[in-house]
Amino acid sequence: MLKRLRKPLITLGGNFINGVWRVGLMARFFALVLASSGPSFHRFRLVRREVYFSGVLSLIIIIVSGLFVGMVLGLQGYETLQKYGATESIGVLVALSLVRELGPVVAALLFASRAGSAITAEIGLMKATEQLSAMDMMAVSPMSRVIAPRFWAGVISMPILSALFSAMGVFGGYIVGVVMIGVDNGAFWSQMQAAVDFRYDVLNGVVKSIVFGIAITVIATFEGYAAPPTAEGVSRATTRTVVSSALIVLALDLVLTAFMLRGEA
Amino acid sequence: MERTTIDLWFGAFVTAGFVALTVLALKVGNFGAERATETYRVEARFDNIGGLKVRGPVRSAGVLVGRVSEIHFDNTKYQAAVILALDKRYAFPKDTSASILTSGLLGETYVGLEAGGDDKKLAAGDRITLTQSAVVLERLISQFLFSKAQDDGTKK
Repeated sequence: MLKRLRKPLITLGGNFINGVWRVGLMARFFALVLASSGPSFHRFRLVRREVYFSGVLSLIIIIVSGLFVGMVLGLQGYETLQKYGATESIGVLVALSLVRELGPVVAALLFASRAGSAITAEIGLMKATEQLSAMDMMAVSPMSRVIAPRFWAGVISMPILSALFSAMGVFGGYIVGVVMIGVDNGAFWSQMQAAVDFRYDVLNGVVKSIVFGIAITVIATFEGYAAPPTAEGVSRATTRTVVSSALIVLALDLVLTAFMLRGEA
Repeated sequence: MERTTIDLWFGAFVTAGFVALTVLALKVGNFGAERATETYRVEARFDNIGGLKVRGPVRSAGVLVGRVSEIHFDNTKYQAAVILALDKRYAFPKDTSASILTSGLLGETYVGLEAGGDDKKLAAGDRITLTQSAVVLERLISQFLFSKAQDDGTKK
């Protein structure tokens, strides 16, 4: 009995220790990125290029999904609010759920799968083709030349993308609620403005999205940097980036929401 | 420094982000003021305004004719003074009555105007004298229960 359990137990323990090891490595990696991010600001051109690749090129998916999410929220909200004769509150429902939760979280999930995976694959492939070692040979630190700009680009892009997502979502809710269903335009906006607070709702959403941006880019760059330099290694690292950043984003969201709601009460 | 298309995209991206945040702050959030339409302001006093809020709707016959622009407490008469900004397109007789109503049981609170028969029209700065306060649901229920209990008492 014990003999048969031995092997799975060893694998389990090994996986666990491996996971803890990765977390520690990632923390050291994060510190290293922060320490070597000086050139990112001296030569902001590097960051700008990465913002283009991870932020600007994600615009389409963010805007379109924001619009659809807002429209769905509008339809679903109307369906329920109708029962209570409170269809004017549809604006409140759409705006609050977008600004507080869905904007930062869904934008972060989209960002992780659109830009995070690309970052991991790019860095992993650079490592596999020994471009990173070549940089080291030329006394160019790959940390500050390749990784730190991508990190800062993610931190800058994430709040912008999430704000755009929320704004498009509210617009989608407006299209469904006011234009298609015919809720009173004035009540739609006035109830929304009465319920959404700039400080507690809008700014907290921005804070959330900045935290998500840090988490996703650290995971994405780390997975790429630590990927085994093989085709299989890079593909696995890419998958891991998407899975673990999605989980981390949702877990962080719970923690941040708990903090923020407590502050409000 | 040479200019590249990426710089243009970066600028557009950041600008779009700021625009989105401004929209969220001004249009979605409570950070800005109402767009200006031609209005005139009249005052109405109520004993109790219930859940009426600034920017709440003013309706007559169910049609939106204006918005609540200001609410304050009159400390000499111990009443709520509500300033209504009515659309210039609509004129109401002097003896129009105002009441605090609710759309549905859980809906938003609004001011309902009911036109009277006077020939003279309300002008800016006038006061609506005929007012009816908000119905406090709890009081209504307690009244109902009280009278019900009284009925039951007399029957026996």
